[in-house]
Amino acid sequence: MSRALLDAPDVARVVDRIAHQILEKTDGATDTVVLGIPTRGVPLARRLAARVHAFEGVEVPVGVLDVTLHRDDLRLRGVRALESTVEPPGGVEGKLVVLVDDVLYSGRTVRAALDALRDLGRPRAVQLAVLVDRGHRELPIRADYVGKNVPTSQAENVRVLLAETDGRDAVLLERQEVAAR
Amino acid sequence: MKHLLSAGDLSRDEALTVLDTAVRMDEALAGREVKKLPTLRGRTVVNLFFEDSTRTRISFELAAKRLSADVVTFSAKGSSVSKGESLKDTALTLEAMGADAVVCRHAMSGAPHRLAGWVRGSVLNAGDGTHEHPTQALLDAYTMRRRLGRVDGLRVAIVGDVLHSRVARSNVLLLHTLGAEVTLVAPPTLLPVGVAEWPAAVSYDLDATLPKADVVMMLRVQRERMGQAYFPSEREYSRRYGLDRHRMGLLPDDAIVMHPGPMNRGMEIAAEVADDPRRSTIVEQVSNGVSVRMAVLYLLLGGAQ
Repeated sequence: MSRALLDAPDVARVVDRIAHQILEKTDGATDTVVLGIPTRGVPLARRLAARVHAFEGVEVPVGVLDVTLHRDDLRLRGVRALESTVEPPGGVEGKLVVLVDDVLYSGRTVRAALDALRDLGRPRAVQLAVLVDRGHRELPIRADYVGKNVPTSQAENVRVLLAETDGRDAVLLERQEVAAR
Repeated sequence: MKHLLSAGDLSRDEALTVLDTAVRMDEALAGREVKKLPTLRGRTVVNLFFEDSTRTRISFELAAKRLSADVVTFSAKGSSVSKGESLKDTALTLEAMGADAVVCRHAMSGAPHRLAGWVRGSVLNAGDGTHEHPTQALLDAYTMRRRLGRVDGLRVAIVGDVLHSRVARSNVLLLHTLGAEVTLVAPPTLLPVGVAEWPAAVSYDLDATLPKADVVMMLRVQRERMGQAYFPSEREYSRRYGLDRHRMGLLPDDAIVMHPGPMNRGMEIAAEVADDPRRSTIVEQVSNGVSVRMAVLYLLLGGAQ
């Protein structure tokens, strides 16, 4: 059983809106970098940077932040594959870093990202952009930019599809037997 | 993957996963002031060394510490083993103390295998007798891939005391899995019985092999394991099977020279070859060893047990 929360044009609109909000809240995206959290945070970060560039001509450096080695829930699942961490050109020292992920749920990924980020340097400030906030936070973490707030039950699963990784853009709400994440 | 006992147990995909994970470990620590990741916090790794070792023991210890595991190192000397405790009783003791992984080096081939049947945690073979040394083979493959960009299709000559070498056995198995062509070069007395069954070619002539090798791996002549004469004199061995500067000149331009260490300089490898900055990877092998062992520890201990 699955139900579409966002279709492809919705995703594009949401990305556009977040790009505008970033420009608004970061003073025209000066000294700002975006860091995508693998897997789907990475193409989202690239799209946000591309839209920011399209709207105001500002180049926002893009990086990749793999948080796996910093997770506190590794023991709950099988071994996770590691992805490359790529520092954005110019680094993160003294910058405003916008972390980008697809779904905000327990907040544990973001907590791990904050730890992983500390290894790259000391940003001036850190903000968080997510495509979907589905609630059920286990930590005191909130997003600065949210594509869509979706009240969910823990028996449901939010699946984000992106053209770069899945061939098409969509956000689906799926019912499942056991909530796994 | 639960244990790492033999390089032959690794499928091609598993071996490549270890090598890729090692690259990530390298990247995660490169240029960092504090070389520490929180990944294995709360896990206990026991280094169980029944045989002398410097680099492997320190390398495993460092790898575990960089991943924030708690490390206990146990050397047979000065322990209950010197009072006559059996391997099984030692294993049960470790089990009672709650080791998540046991890294085992033992003079008897097969000891880590027995150990794996007695403990709940993962067992990593850090060298057992003349049998295997899988993490050495992994770090060698990692070094080849870093230097030459690939392992698949490489022509690798493994030269010297193959008979007593667990490094050679593990390398033959792993390199074959990864698609390299291995040639063993040694005097007939230093080749094991049944070498014809190994997935490798055999040659007695080093000079004929060198011009067709992308990698030449020199093995240490293991005098401590030799009860009898395997060759007439050290000088004759060195003349026929030692890698000196003249022989190094026979290698193709971008070929590399490897040695698992410790070296007998002047015996199987000349000092000027071992120190050659362009071809020798001997020092790199040591630092790569830490990354590869971090990768193995992560893959064995990093998920749900």
